[in-house]
Amino acid sequence: MTGYILRRLVSAIPVLLGITVIVFLIMAMIPGDPATAILGSYATPENVARINASLGLDKPLVQRYFIWLGHMLTGDFGRSYALNRPVLDEILDRFSATMVLAGTSFVLCAILGVLAGVVSAARQYGWADRAITFVVLIGISVPSFFLGMMMILIFAVRLKWLPVSGMYAIYGGGDLADLARHLAMPALALAAVATGVIARMARSAMLEVLRQDYIRTARAKGVSETRVVLRHALKAAMVSILPVLGLQAGFVLSGAVYIEMVFQWPGVGRMLVDAILKRDILLVQGGVVFVAACYVVFNIAVDVVQGLLDPRIKA
Amino acid sequence: MAVSALALCAASPALAQTPAGVLIVGQIAEPKSLDPAADTAVNDFRILVNLYDGLVRYKSGTLEVEPALAEGWEISEGGTVYTFTLKEGVQFHDGTPVDAEAVKFNFDRMLVEDHPYHDTGPFPLAFFFSAITQTEAVDARTVKFTLNEPYAPFLSNLAYPTGLIVSPAGVKAGGKDFGRSPVGTGPFKFKEWRSNEAVVLEKNPDYWDGAPELEALVFRPITDANTRVAEMLSGGIDMMVEVPPTALAQFRTQDFKLAEQAGPHVWFLILNMKDGPFADKLLRQAANYAINKKALCGDVLEGTAAVSNGPVAPAFSWAYDDSLEPYPYDPEKAKALIAQSGATDLSVTFYVTEGGSGMLDPIPMGTAIQADLKAVGFDVKIETFEWNTFLGKVNPGLEGQADMAEMAWMTNDPDTLPFLTLRTAAFPDQGGFNSGYYSNPEVDSLLEEARKETDQDKRGALYRKMAGIVHDDAPWVFVANWKQNAVTSAAVSHFTLQPSFLLELGKVTKA
Repeated sequence: MTGYILRRLVSAIPVLLGITVIVFLIMAMIPGDPATAILGSYATPENVARINASLGLDKPLVQRYFIWLGHMLTGDFGRSYALNRPVLDEILDRFSATMVLAGTSFVLCAILGVLAGVVSAARQYGWADRAITFVVLIGISVPSFFLGMMMILIFAVRLKWLPVSGMYAIYGGGDLADLARHLAMPALALAAVATGVIARMARSAMLEVLRQDYIRTARAKGVSETRVVLRHALKAAMVSILPVLGLQAGFVLSGAVYIEMVFQWPGVGRMLVDAILKRDILLVQGGVVFVAACYVVFNIAVDVVQGLLDPRIKA
Repeated sequence: MAVSALALCAASPALAQTPAGVLIVGQIAEPKSLDPAADTAVNDFRILVNLYDGLVRYKSGTLEVEPALAEGWEISEGGTVYTFTLKEGVQFHDGTPVDAEAVKFNFDRMLVEDHPYHDTGPFPLAFFFSAITQTEAVDARTVKFTLNEPYAPFLSNLAYPTGLIVSPAGVKAGGKDFGRSPVGTGPFKFKEWRSNEAVVLEKNPDYWDGAPELEALVFRPITDANTRVAEMLSGGIDMMVEVPPTALAQFRTQDFKLAEQAGPHVWFLILNMKDGPFADKLLRQAANYAINKKALCGDVLEGTAAVSNGPVAPAFSWAYDDSLEPYPYDPEKAKALIAQSGATDLSVTFYVTEGGSGMLDPIPMGTAIQADLKAVGFDVKIETFEWNTFLGKVNPGLEGQADMAEMAWMTNDPDTLPFLTLRTAAFPDQGGFNSGYYSNPEVDSLLEEARKETDQDKRGALYRKMAGIVHDDAPWVFVANWKQNAVTSAAVSHFTLQPSFLLELGKVTKA
């Protein structure tokens, strides 16, 4: 197993290097530069050149890439010009906020999705199945940002149960209950689509397993239905549900960008959008590489867990 | 889990409103820095003016300069030496005195490259003061600026946030991070900056111009306009700026107060005078007649802007010519001018941006303009770009690429916009923003003269004359002057929006 994990980690290196090249080139090629973004109306060629020089952007492209890569390998992601603080500090701050949001959402969609799928499959064509299938269809069809705005209108503006936006109350907040109040709407809105997808996949995976001979055998031996479903069927179905969970984790993370904008969650998605609009090159590059690295590690983790569940997969 | 979270919230019925004595302001973005020398965005300026004072400031409700940290000043014959006398006994929030040495430190830090604290920059707007050749501390209360040539906008540049005075001791202690631990003289002192959540200022009880009644000010960055509106409606913030026009109706109730103020803003279309149809003056005037500016301001912008008559914004009341009538909406006249010109190729490439500083609602405005021009015979093709890309396309000049481009400027002096965009010496290849290549020697000399004239009345007359000529030459389609707006809850009083677009909150109260 250790050998497998090591091999996977080594094979991730070229992927990450490729990502550094791509994000670097994209930022170099898109029109507009930080100096123009800083100066706006006052971006005379002279002022632009002065600012670009002070940001080190007057050096040749290849040289800039290797300077950036070299610094990054030593843990120095540079300084964000738009926020005037070290890129890594900002990313870590923001990433922890995103993890709280995406993590909660992921746990929500995994539990709700699998549960819905299992119930649906166990009661195929029953009223519970129909109801769940209907709700799942809505969950998948409504864009998360729209759902988010509707939730704000209903629960924050009309009913005033929940705060509109942010992560903590400005005054007198900061505890877990405060966080939960701020987290409820964005986490649910973010989880909606993934819950639907997971529920569908879980349902079909469960249905397939429930038709297997060994399930019939288990039932014939008089094992209780609950035990058949949860113990015998779900464990086997998890092998095909797990990769879906892994994929959905990725979707939740990328969907967080919209939700963070709508709910002004101080996470990495909103950070990247702001940074791109301001042409905050180092923050965009650092942020993308960081998020990509997380994806890679997460995918490896999913594969490893899958290998543990199903010894046939380890190759 | 979700259910328990909801239950938890339902248990504490309505959320607590904002605390008494604390004003929470919904801002449009996270500030970059709270160092006035480093900032360029109005978003940051709105915080700065509550933390700092300049030598001078804009008189409330106007764009005229009045004393602040300086109690008075003298301008030498010839207009190259400005001598300021500082108020006595004013201190920075850290207890150090505001003396001539401190003022000198501020300007030397920005302008003198071997100053020991020049490396706490960069200072992108330092060129506002590039006319200064020397700053001298004559005695503790007298500071003298020597300029390389007469430069009339100098005083209003001092009143602009780039001229706000910071504490030298604060800069020495904070170094490059001074912008995150700012020390000034203003009605509020810096308390904390929680990244992406809030900047908190607390009252300065010793403020020289009268301590504020508010205990604290909180600036929250809420980048999404819909979310900002929802926060205001739900009572999560006490004040919001830049209300989207479409949301205004929701605030016309007794729970809210709506403030509006015309500012030093001009929204216009740059016309390419080098090639294409708009090289012909008749066709430029035709475009001015063809576009229904009243409908743009009233319908597209929901009354948040007024029709513009030329390159000087009405907020500069001393330089604005209110007798100059905007081009009326007259499609028949436009058609007649087109016929008179004899032009046959009326195809126009029109650069539109998705949004940007001061651009209001550029896509719907661009589409409406396209339709108006089409109605009189122009064949307009729109090309849309994201803001920074757009600037990268427009600033180098429109020649060979486009015939028309949207643009908007907000400035602090009537000199800035025409000087940088309408002079022959401001063609893009000479480092200016004259992207449509307007050139009129008379306008050039009027602008040069106005910038050297230190008598405000005489200066104003020069700008009025310039505006009349430009109006007739029609290098632009003059479209709109934006009225900035803000909403406060009904509990907030004594709040005035300033024409400078700055957000002075020292006198505001909250019940």
